[in-house]
Amino acid sequence: MAKIKSRTKDAIWRALRPVIAASVGLLVGVAFTAIAGEQPWNVLRVIIKGAFGSTYDLGLTLFYTTPIILTGLAVALPIKAGLFNIGAEGQLNLGALAVAAVGILCPQVPQPWNIVLAVTAGFAAGAFWGSIPGWLKAYRGSHEVITTIMLNFIAAGLTGWAVLALLPSLDSQNPESARIAPSYVLQHFSWFGDAPVTWALPMAVAAAVLVWVLFRFTIPGFKLTASGLSPEAAQVSGISVRYQQWLALTLGGGLAGLVGVAEVMGNSGRFRIGFSPDYGFIGIPVALLARAHPLGLVFSALLFGALQKGTAELDLETTYVTRDLAAMIQAMVVLAVSAEGGLTLWRRHRLAVKPNKPNKPNKPTRVKD
Amino acid sequence: MGEHLLDLAAATLRLATPLLLAAMGGLLSERSGVINLALEGKMLVGAFAAAVVSLATGSPWLGLAGGSLAGILLAALYGVAVLPLKANQIVAATGINMLAAGIPPFVAKILYDVTGSTPSIELAHRFVVFPIGLALVAPVALWWVLGKTRAGLRLNFAGEHPEALAAAGVSVERVRWTALLAAGALAGSGGASLSIFLSSAYSRNMSSGRGFMALAALILGKWRPLPTLFACLFFAVADAVQIRLQGLEIAGLGKVPVQFIQILPYVLTIVVLAGFVGKSRAPKALGEPL
Repeated sequence: MAKIKSRTKDAIWRALRPVIAASVGLLVGVAFTAIAGEQPWNVLRVIIKGAFGSTYDLGLTLFYTTPIILTGLAVALPIKAGLFNIGAEGQLNLGALAVAAVGILCPQVPQPWNIVLAVTAGFAAGAFWGSIPGWLKAYRGSHEVITTIMLNFIAAGLTGWAVLALLPSLDSQNPESARIAPSYVLQHFSWFGDAPVTWALPMAVAAAVLVWVLFRFTIPGFKLTASGLSPEAAQVSGISVRYQQWLALTLGGGLAGLVGVAEVMGNSGRFRIGFSPDYGFIGIPVALLARAHPLGLVFSALLFGALQKGTAELDLETTYVTRDLAAMIQAMVVLAVSAEGGLTLWRRHRLAVKPNKPNKPNKPTRVKD
Repeated sequence: MGEHLLDLAAATLRLATPLLLAAMGGLLSERSGVINLALEGKMLVGAFAAAVVSLATGSPWLGLAGGSLAGILLAALYGVAVLPLKANQIVAATGINMLAAGIPPFVAKILYDVTGSTPSIELAHRFVVFPIGLALVAPVALWWVLGKTRAGLRLNFAGEHPEALAAAGVSVERVRWTALLAAGALAGSGGASLSIFLSSAYSRNMSSGRGFMALAALILGKWRPLPTLFACLFFAVADAVQIRLQGLEIAGLGKVPVQFIQILPYVLTIVVLAGFVGKSRAPKALGEPL
């Protein structure tokens, strides 16, 4: 009886944890604005109104949500295999470069193959960029956090050069590529005014469903999970943990690469240097908040999409608070989620039913499940 | 030629300064058993705080103190997350780095009504050579502390055999706290050297990966002070050469694109991590909470 009761309590606790972490992040972040002399409640009101105030605002929220779903997946998938990908920013730059290159250099490809080609190119380029830290981690033991950060800087340099030197824009002085062919441009849905919501959004949600299916129902997904949960056991059962690590970062990179589809084909029609407001990093709190669950992640992406859109209004609506507040809130959410592992331990300790049953050793709560 | 070499050597020492201070902070923290991927964030807030204090007081010394203090405060937040709350050290460090990237634009807007950078600091309110000395003394001092003192012995045990240290009646948590806060001070002053020594203002994300390069240097230096000193100098030479290579022309190929040269330090970091890490051994209890 007591066991069942504690199980229900566990379930409630599990469901509440992300809500608590998100609220802590949001409230602490907004409380900071009091230092700047703003009314925190007013700031919160501006953010919510900015994100959901009209169908156009909602459309922009969904527009921001699209790449964030993809980068959230790019972080979540490797987490399942025990790896922390903070290189989605570089991977999405490579993906966008590939999409732009296909759109500019292959204008003749007929519908719908051109779309297939562009999506494949975006995925492949991101996957290639993810495979580098994957290989380095699996076969050279280099820490993926450091290598992916370094590869972000390298990707920024290389794509910047490639856009200006290989795909230069002839009709503008801005740091951006030429336009992609019209057949590659995705139509905006008509429900959101002028907001650039396109088929990229259902594509991102479909990617989340596919990742969920991969882990829920398939053997390749099980192999990835196994090498994340217990590398030694996985290795003994004949799974090549190294290969799984390589694969996880490669697939994660590919998912981030799809951001190129949303941005280049769904929004600007070209590669604009610096187009990403750190989508790759926003993927980190998105994935952590959802505890790397691919479907839960769609909702946390919506939350951060709303935050991105809502805080943009702060530039105009308040004197001393800018959209940079979003970065602080994201950071507070990451810290809240990371500390939550310890809180769970503390709670277990407090609620331990049988004192003679030893608590789990205080192992670090790994980034998983 | 000789003049050029002297010039390069001076530039190397200047560029090694922030790396060395951060790497020594990382060394203290990691030898005590706590992974420190948050060095980057501590450098960034250190750079910002130092610029703000220098601008306000006109004293680089107070600026340096302000940078260290900012590093310590951020280290304290990291410490609360990873020591009592036993947060995953890598995730918590990423949160700290993200927070550190968010704080300067937020505060700069309030103080100067600009986003992301500070006004420039007069030459008289900046350092000319002092941080180089500090950065060169730090590894020697750490070598002495780690090798010759009781405090160093305790630090080593906290990272290698925390149970043994606890059995001897010493609080492992206290040793790790001390190491973490000292690391914050060192990384913060490394950041300060970016804004009030190497350049003349704080600019957005000016640490640009140096906190991670410091970790790579630490790994290359096998977590030992003097080899890490040389690893940092190695990275700094590459950085100094990189700056001088910009605008280089190769016969037959034309000008090398500036982006290719700018990414060299990052490529080098990856090469170092991939090539040498196999042989170096991390402290045994690194990353494991108590």
